[in-house]
Amino acid sequence: MRRYLRTAVATMLALGTVLVVSSNAFGQEEAIKANTLAANNGWMLICSALVLFMTAPGLAMFYGGLVRRKNVLSVMMQCVFLMGLMTVIWALYGYSLAFGGDPSDGDSKWIGNGEFLLMHNVSRYWDEEAGAPVTPMFDDDLQLTTLSHMLFQGMFFIITPALICGAFAERMKFSAMTLFLILWGTLVYCPLCHWVWDGGILAFGTGFKGGALDFAGGTVVHISSGVSALVCALILGKRLGHGTVDLRPHNMTYTALGAAMLWVGWFGFNAGSELASDDLTPSVFAVTHFSAAAGAVTWAVVEWLSRGKPSVLGAASGAVAGLVCITPAAGFVNPMSALLMGFSAGIVCYIACSSIKATFGYDDSLDAFGVHGIGGTLGAVLTGVFATRACWDIDNGNKLGLLEGGGTRVLIGQIVACLVTWVFAAVATLILLKIVDVLVGLRATQDSEVQGLDITDHGEEGYIFN
Amino acid sequence: MKKIEAIIRHFKLEDVKKALSENNTHGMTITEVRGFGRQKGHTEVYRGTEYAIDFVPKVKIEVVCADEQLQGLLDTIMQSAQTGQIGDGKIFVTDLSNTIRIRTGETGEDAL
Repeated sequence: MRRYLRTAVATMLALGTVLVVSSNAFGQEEAIKANTLAANNGWMLICSALVLFMTAPGLAMFYGGLVRRKNVLSVMMQCVFLMGLMTVIWALYGYSLAFGGDPSDGDSKWIGNGEFLLMHNVSRYWDEEAGAPVTPMFDDDLQLTTLSHMLFQGMFFIITPALICGAFAERMKFSAMTLFLILWGTLVYCPLCHWVWDGGILAFGTGFKGGALDFAGGTVVHISSGVSALVCALILGKRLGHGTVDLRPHNMTYTALGAAMLWVGWFGFNAGSELASDDLTPSVFAVTHFSAAAGAVTWAVVEWLSRGKPSVLGAASGAVAGLVCITPAAGFVNPMSALLMGFSAGIVCYIACSSIKATFGYDDSLDAFGVHGIGGTLGAVLTGVFATRACWDIDNGNKLGLLEGGGTRVLIGQIVACLVTWVFAAVATLILLKIVDVLVGLRATQDSEVQGLDITDHGEEGYIFN
Repeated sequence: MKKIEAIIRHFKLEDVKKALSENNTHGMTITEVRGFGRQKGHTEVYRGTEYAIDFVPKVKIEVVCADEQLQGLLDTIMQSAQTGQIGDGKIFVTDLSNTIRIRTGETGEDAL
């Protein structure tokens, strides 16, 4: 989320004590700014790489291991291809649709404008007056270049649609996936991103019903992808032979290691969402870690108690559920709240993936909805409970969450934002799927499903042990 | 000539191979197989979804021998593959009409 002047001032004060500065006050300020920029550049570029790392190898291995061996490449291809495809869209117009314009200056609260089209006002340019190249700044107070912001947010634009792939794995045509996710990224992700993170209709303080606290993507990333995933699973129908043939994960070692990589990458995802290396960043890092830890232990222990054995998939899924849950709250809650949030996610997502899915009978192949949709919603709501001004005083000294006595104000904003995101993602996904179905058809042929998408869609096999 | 097909436990493979080699067996073929007999399979659970795994992994050893060697080899396999628990496997014996060594064209017991 975009931070305000307070952060910059605090950073400057902190840096001011250790810097060797000129006697000139103006020079001192410039030196502090330059050092803050250097620190932020270093941090944000590493975080951008970490978030890309989440999609592949992280998600590619996590999801790849969960499908049958005949479809392992199709899942990995979805991740790797989306790293390319979504980046191209982001460069051409995606970033502009999401972050172009400033609603506080009267620009649209619904969708970004052409401010950053084709990387205008993002790329470095030659300043005739200064006779030197200039890097555009996204936020002068924050010492954040637009390039860093664009890159970091661009990695979110890759992983969010990649998460949806978990719901239609092993049965959607590659062409249909490509077309659907181009449309979804453009018409669902970009607006939602603008609503929540660029002063739009769900932004905290100015948005509808007070807007939402969403530090790193509870609504924008996890609810949007999770709910869309559920709609995909419902529209595409079950995999052939669901309930009768052996649909076991083909390689749990990939899945366990992929989950571990997601855990590491998530530090970039959440702590990078501070958009600076400042006093709040370590707190975000800590709560992210704590929630993942509590989630992993809880899910495994629930299995241990209810079925007698703690599973690797349980521990891995629990860690991811904990990470999903803490994502919206990461900049607003303290470490002890994070343990509770991870604990809740471990239990609630376990129930969603085992009982709820079985009861309703939809085939969310890799539990994109059960983990991201449910975990994201849980996290967004719990943010309204645990958020504290002690972490981020975002509301001029007013108390935030239910627990610290902020009343139901924030909680209601969170619930409303969840509902808006649920309805928007579900309806838009339904319409987009119908369009794609008419244009290219959604589902792989029966032959293709039996043979495996690796061979029929990509002409390759995952494992050739000659 | 006889063909012996013995389906045994994985961890007994080395013992059986060693015992057969010491008993003048010149060669054998092994295959990873899955199946079930009296030994029940097991249940695996993935995020709450249960899968009954009926087919248990085993190793199949194929050995071909002259008729008079048969009993000796069967005893050897019995001794080296047995644990006494359900799941030790089975031995099948069939008559074999011919064997041909591809390199030389020798046939019958000469080819063993």
